[in-house]
Amino acid sequence: MADGPVAEVLLRQLAAADGGLDSAELAAKLGVEHQAVVGAVKSLQALGEIIEAELRSTKRWELTAEGEEIAREGSHEARVFRSIPPEGLAQSELMRLPSGKVGFSKAMSNKWIRVDKSAADGPRVFRVVDSVEDEVQRRLQLVQGGQAEKLGEKERSELRKRKLLTEVTLKTYWVSKGSAFSTSISKQETELSPEMISSGSWRDRPFKPYNFLAHGVLPDSGHLHPLLKVRSELRQIFLEMGFTEMPTDNFIESSFWNFDALFQPQQHPARDQHDTFFLRDPAEALQLPMDYVHRVKRTHSQGGYGSQGYKYNWKLEEARKNLLRTHTTSASARALYRLAQKKPFTPAKYFSIDRVFRNETLDATHLAEFHQIEGVVADHGLTLGHLMGVLREFFTKLGITQLRFKPAYNPYTEPSMEVFSYHQGLRKWVEVGNSGIFRPEMLLPMGLPENVSVIAWGLSLERPTMINTASTTSGSWWATR
Amino acid sequence: MPTVSVKRDLLFRALGRTYTDEEFDELCFEFGLELDEITSEKEIISKEQGNEKAEGASDVVLYKIDVPANRYDLLCLEGLVRGLQVFKERIKAPVYKRVTPNGEIQKLIITEETARIRPYAVAAVLRNIKFTKDRYDSFIELQEKLHQNICRKRALVAIGTHDLDTLSGPFTYTAKRPSDIKFKPLNKTKEYTACELMNIYKTDNQLKHYLHIIENKPLFPVIYDSNGVVLSMPPIINGNHSKITVNTRNVFIECTGTDFTKAKIVLDVIVTMFSEYCENPFTVEAAEVVFPNGKSYTFPELAYRKEIVRADLINKKVGIRETPENIAKLLTRMHLKSEVIGDGNQIEIEIPPTRADVIHACDIVEDAAIAYGYNNIQMALPKTYTIANQFPLNKLTELLRYDMAAAGFTEALTFALCSQEDIADKLGLDISATKAVHISNPKTAEFQVARTTLLPGLLKTIAANRKMPLPLKLFEISDIVVKDSSRDVGARNYRHLCAVYYNKNPGFEIIHGLLDRIMQLLNVPPGEKKGGYVIKASEGHL
Repeated sequence: MADGPVAEVLLRQLAAADGGLDSAELAAKLGVEHQAVVGAVKSLQALGEIIEAELRSTKRWELTAEGEEIAREGSHEARVFRSIPPEGLAQSELMRLPSGKVGFSKAMSNKWIRVDKSAADGPRVFRVVDSVEDEVQRRLQLVQGGQAEKLGEKERSELRKRKLLTEVTLKTYWVSKGSAFSTSISKQETELSPEMISSGSWRDRPFKPYNFLAHGVLPDSGHLHPLLKVRSELRQIFLEMGFTEMPTDNFIESSFWNFDALFQPQQHPARDQHDTFFLRDPAEALQLPMDYVHRVKRTHSQGGYGSQGYKYNWKLEEARKNLLRTHTTSASARALYRLAQKKPFTPAKYFSIDRVFRNETLDATHLAEFHQIEGVVADHGLTLGHLMGVLREFFTKLGITQLRFKPAYNPYTEPSMEVFSYHQGLRKWVEVGNSGIFRPEMLLPMGLPENVSVIAWGLSLERPTMINTASTTSGSWWATR
Repeated sequence: MPTVSVKRDLLFRALGRTYTDEEFDELCFEFGLELDEITSEKEIISKEQGNEKAEGASDVVLYKIDVPANRYDLLCLEGLVRGLQVFKERIKAPVYKRVTPNGEIQKLIITEETARIRPYAVAAVLRNIKFTKDRYDSFIELQEKLHQNICRKRALVAIGTHDLDTLSGPFTYTAKRPSDIKFKPLNKTKEYTACELMNIYKTDNQLKHYLHIIENKPLFPVIYDSNGVVLSMPPIINGNHSKITVNTRNVFIECTGTDFTKAKIVLDVIVTMFSEYCENPFTVEAAEVVFPNGKSYTFPELAYRKEIVRADLINKKVGIRETPENIAKLLTRMHLKSEVIGDGNQIEIEIPPTRADVIHACDIVEDAAIAYGYNNIQMALPKTYTIANQFPLNKLTELLRYDMAAAGFTEALTFALCSQEDIADKLGLDISATKAVHISNPKTAEFQVARTTLLPGLLKTIAANRKMPLPLKLFEISDIVVKDSSRDVGARNYRHLCAVYYNKNPGFEIIHGLLDRIMQLLNVPPGEKKGGYVIKASEGHL
């Protein structure tokens, strides 16, 4: 466009002009659409300092189509007046004339005509005066001639009300020479080509500046799932802290490993059909480590290892029932059991992040499947203070630094703690995880030495992102009951 | 977590001081409770049934407090107040006593018919008790809370409370044919047989949930007094005759059930909580229960148990350094009266009947830590030095995921549970050939089986996104489940990789190319030679 004919003419005109020129005037002079001139101005502007263009806004009065018609033919009321012969005209006939309806009432209010209702063959209209001045036509012709300012404010609004006049805003440019003015502009290159480099012609060519406001072309890439990206991040954090990944590739678990081995009693509500997915096929676990099972049975029903036990009838068939695991703590139990079989005892740090299942009523914030994160440290002499220390380091790596700990309850940990963090957006403390020290009734039947403590904590995969963003996804770790 | 609803002003009056909401919230946090909601009856009705129904309802402020599931002693206002007052050292924990009456002891005789339906029963008497409207409401509410929690919705234990002055012992707990049981139940005006009642209560929103416990059994449990008056038909409903009112002075409590231990705990909880209002506070009158084998027991047990724990054990487990005397003080604040004994390092702890949750020294350790204040404990890092190892399958998965995305495919995350059709019919297979794992009683068809292939999940994802710009290139690397009798549970996971290309053209060469790329990354050469890979057509279905 900048190299179009209009632009060239504009530049030549500008060279000859004194001070500058108006875009609308130029358009009229050249006989082109104003828009074409505006387009030329804009593209010249993009080239840099060749021209200066100042946006001006002028208001003008213009006749509407109807206004133009009246300026030509006269106002409706004047036409009505002129069509009445000295002997008068039947009103019905008058109304049938083109300007009849509109002109009649105006002519009446101007007192130019009158109606004789008592005439023999229907109401008849007569002239009142001999001649009239068609003021309306005169005023419109003034505006047409570009002399709208000769009319008073009141007269103009009246005509506007009758939809004969409109006020039009005209945006024009006042164009003047820029600091780099020249009447000749050469075409700008958009790209550097190998030929330009080899011939050296790039030295003499002007290049169009890049438009950094437009978007580039996005590369055709694949994407990783956002939740699984968080999983990768958490794996990384655990590995950095020296935690070994536990095998968790078994969605199906027996009630024994999911509940009984964790010292969760058989009549516990979480073992209800409502909360746990039990299996129809395979309905029961085929093998269980029987000597360990006997120790677990005894601990539940009679106590031992320093415990009173729950004192109820523990049933093997209940422990055999297969289910979709409700937490990955069952995998931790298996890992700790394996650790206990290795003598002598060596301290260990384990973690896992995997899918768990809950048979709850589904709604916008509750899913039947979600991911749990679990961390475990087994060593001599671990304390609640150590658990808090590990949690602080873990959450710091997630960007969560303000922590508070609250007493809680889980069937398999004692002491237990809920971990809270301050959510800047919600301006309150929210739960970010659950933790505790595994009970002796769980660890000792496995065969772990008495002075070994196991601290553990867990949360759902959604939680860490919740604090750092404003989202309100749900899912805390062990549903405390 | 069980929630207890208490009137705020009543609570503050009993505590002897007022708190701001923030202060009380803080106190709850320290103690291990959670102030879940501050509301009023009016607000509750308004939320559930609209503003009109709420007109005229009370706007007395209610605190809804979440209580740990194992603390039966905190399930009512009386217990909460007592717990908090002892915690703040404003009162000493009361000592609960069972007393034998001067006159006849109340007797409950169990007949052998109960053995097959609801064998256990315990009983006790609250003598000369003074109820007010609030205390009465609290008494009823506590029974309801216990029913919902430890009693497992009345299946394990059911509680019946009766106006002793309207009855005459000894009482008989037996089981009879439903047609032979006839009485006027609570709040009804005429007598009904048990069969009729089971029908009537089918439409009762509260009671219909308990009918299944005895429905269709040949004999129903029932308790009579010596005049043949029906006290109750557990676990469904009490008789109207012995109904308790605000004016009742002597209460006979019976708990029946299938778990003896829980029945005893439940009885202990009720009497310890409400004996506060007896003329002789914190005393409970004994009752005798005679079992079919002739053995007789006296209830309530109200047993106090002693445990001895070393002070340094507690210090070591928590990570603090308190003197034995201080530790004893901390525990006493948690309702575990303690004193230093022996060589000055041992602490003798008395566990009251209200703390049935304390079954091991670790429970005592936790209480010491709570009284000390969790947030006062100094944090330390374990000195455990370990070298971390990745689970090889997960390590491979991570490497492949990045390369799949680099190849231009987008990762999907789909559900592991699906319908039978998804993995069989829709893929041209018979369900039995899939070796799928089946879930019992799925709520919807979406939870019938665990997936045996990742393909249905990806296809569903594409279907849900088919308006997106083409092509759609999805992948997932995740577990499927199949039956496997060589595993201890009878099933196992396999890690699968699945990729789908969706466009106006099927793009077989694209998927083929992706497979070639994956094999390249895994260092598996193409070809029939050992360790190589080939592609062959499969028999008509996937």
